[in-house]
Amino acid sequence: MAAAETYPDDLRYHPEHDWARIDGDEATLGITWFAQDSLGELVHFEPPDEGATLTKDSAYGEVESVKAVSDLIAPLSGEVMAVNAKVVDAPETVNEDPYGDGWLVRVRLLDAQEVDALLDAEAYRKLVAEL
Amino acid sequence: MQTLRRTPLHDRHVALGARMVPFAGWEMPVQYEGVIQEHRAVREDAGAFDVSHMGEVEVEGPKARELLQGLLSNDLDRIGAGGAQYTLLTNERGGIVDDLIAYELDPFRFLLIVNAANREADFDWLRHREMRGSDVRDVSDEYALVAVQGPRSLERLGLGAAHAFTFEEGAIDGVECMVNRTGYTGEEGVELLAMADDAVELWDAVLARGAVPCGLGARDTLRLEVCYPLHGNDIGPDTDAISAGLGWVCALDKEFTGADPLRRVKAGGPERRLAAFVMEEKAIPRQGMPIVEGGEVTSGTHSPMLDRGIGMGYVPAGLAAAGQEITIDVRGRERRARVVEKPIYKREEHASGGS
Repeated sequence: MAAAETYPDDLRYHPEHDWARIDGDEATLGITWFAQDSLGELVHFEPPDEGATLTKDSAYGEVESVKAVSDLIAPLSGEVMAVNAKVVDAPETVNEDPYGDGWLVRVRLLDAQEVDALLDAEAYRKLVAEL
Repeated sequence: MQTLRRTPLHDRHVALGARMVPFAGWEMPVQYEGVIQEHRAVREDAGAFDVSHMGEVEVEGPKARELLQGLLSNDLDRIGAGGAQYTLLTNERGGIVDDLIAYELDPFRFLLIVNAANREADFDWLRHREMRGSDVRDVSDEYALVAVQGPRSLERLGLGAAHAFTFEEGAIDGVECMVNRTGYTGEEGVELLAMADDAVELWDAVLARGAVPCGLGARDTLRLEVCYPLHGNDIGPDTDAISAGLGWVCALDKEFTGADPLRRVKAGGPERRLAAFVMEEKAIPRQGMPIVEGGEVTSGTHSPMLDRGIGMGYVPAGLAAAGQEITIDVRGRERRARVVEKPIYKREEHASGGS
C-alpha cells in the first residue's frame, strides 16, 4: 500500500530527503516519498525525546527498514513538542502516507530564518530527478 | 571495480521491477514488491527464489566417498543414492570453511551445493586434497537453482510429498530438473536444479503456477526466524560447529579434518554458544552490535512474523539458555533482549486460523 510519488508544493525540503511543513513559528517534519521508497517498508522509528533540541543538518532520530538504518536529518533547528506515536507503533504509516499520517515530529522553531535555506518543491524535484 | 556476475534470470528480475544489489560478487534481487510481503508469501503460500549464484561442485570416482568422508563433518554413510545431507567443510582447527548440502547422485558421484561467497574457496580446498580416483569439478556455471518454498509450494508445482533431504529427477511443466527436498526457509518446499539454458523457462513456469518472486531480503529474514546459520555471519573459519550448535552434523565417531579439536570442545563444553534472542524492547539488532554481557550479534533483523527485532549471537555459555536476559548495544542505546529456544519462529505457535 505504498503511496504514489509526490512532492507537495506547500512543503519545504532538505537535500537529505526530509520535509518541513511550516506553520508560523512551528513546523511538522517527516521524510519524503523518495526517502521512504529508497528504504523500503519501515519497521522501526527511533524518535527523539519530547523537549529535545534539534539542530539543523544534524541527526535527530533513526528510521529502519528490514535491511537498512537511516539517520533522520533535521531540516530546521527546534524544540520537539510532539512525536507521532502512530508511527512509533506502526512505522509503515510513513510508507503509506509520508506527508500526512506519516509525519514524525512537531517542533517549535528556534530560528525562523533557517527556513529560507530549504528547497522548495520544484528545486527538490529537480534534485531527486538527478539521483 | 569488479564486474558483478549475473544469473540466467537477471533480465527477468529487472523486468519484474526488482531492486538489484551486489551480493558475493553477483548482482542479485534483494526484493521485488517488498521484503515483508515476500516473507509472508513463503510462510502462508509459496515463494520463488533465484539462488543460481550458489555454487555446485561435483566429486566423482571410486575414491569420491573416501575423499568427502575425510573432509566433511557429517557421515555420508547415513544416506544412500537419492539422499541429501546438511554438512560442514571443516578446517584443521575445527572451524567452518563452509556449510553445504551434499547429494549422493550414485555411490561414486556426489554433488555439493555451496554458498556463493565460498564457491572458489571450497573448490580450491577440495581440489588441493583430491586423491587418485576422485575428480573434483566446479560445475556451477552449468546450472541454475530456483528454490520454491512455502506450505502450498508442492501443491502449486504439482509435486507429491517426499521426505526432506531426498531428491529425484523430475520436471516442472516439461522443464527437466533435479527436484531437491531442501531449503533455507523452514517451510516445506523444493530447490530445483536445472540446466542454465532452461532457467528462464523454469522460472516462468514456477511463477505462472502462482509462486511469488522473493529476493535475498526475504531469504535472510526467513532463515533467521528459523535460526539457520549464515556462513560469514554466524559461522566461519574461526567458529567451531559445537559452539554454533551444529554438533548434530558432526559425526565425531569418524575421522575428518578438525575432528579432534571438535571432540575437545565437546568434551570441555564450549565457552561461548550461538544463542537466538528476541528483543524485549523496540529495536532492531544488527550484525556486529555488542552484547553487553559479552559477545556480539552475528545476525539481526526485524521478524515479520513476530513483528519484533530478532537475532543470533555468541554469548558466554552460561547465558545461552532460553529465558536468560541479555542487553544489546544498539548504536549506544542499551536494549533488553531474551534468549529463546531455536527456532525463533515455530509454525504451530504463530499460525493464525485454519490449518
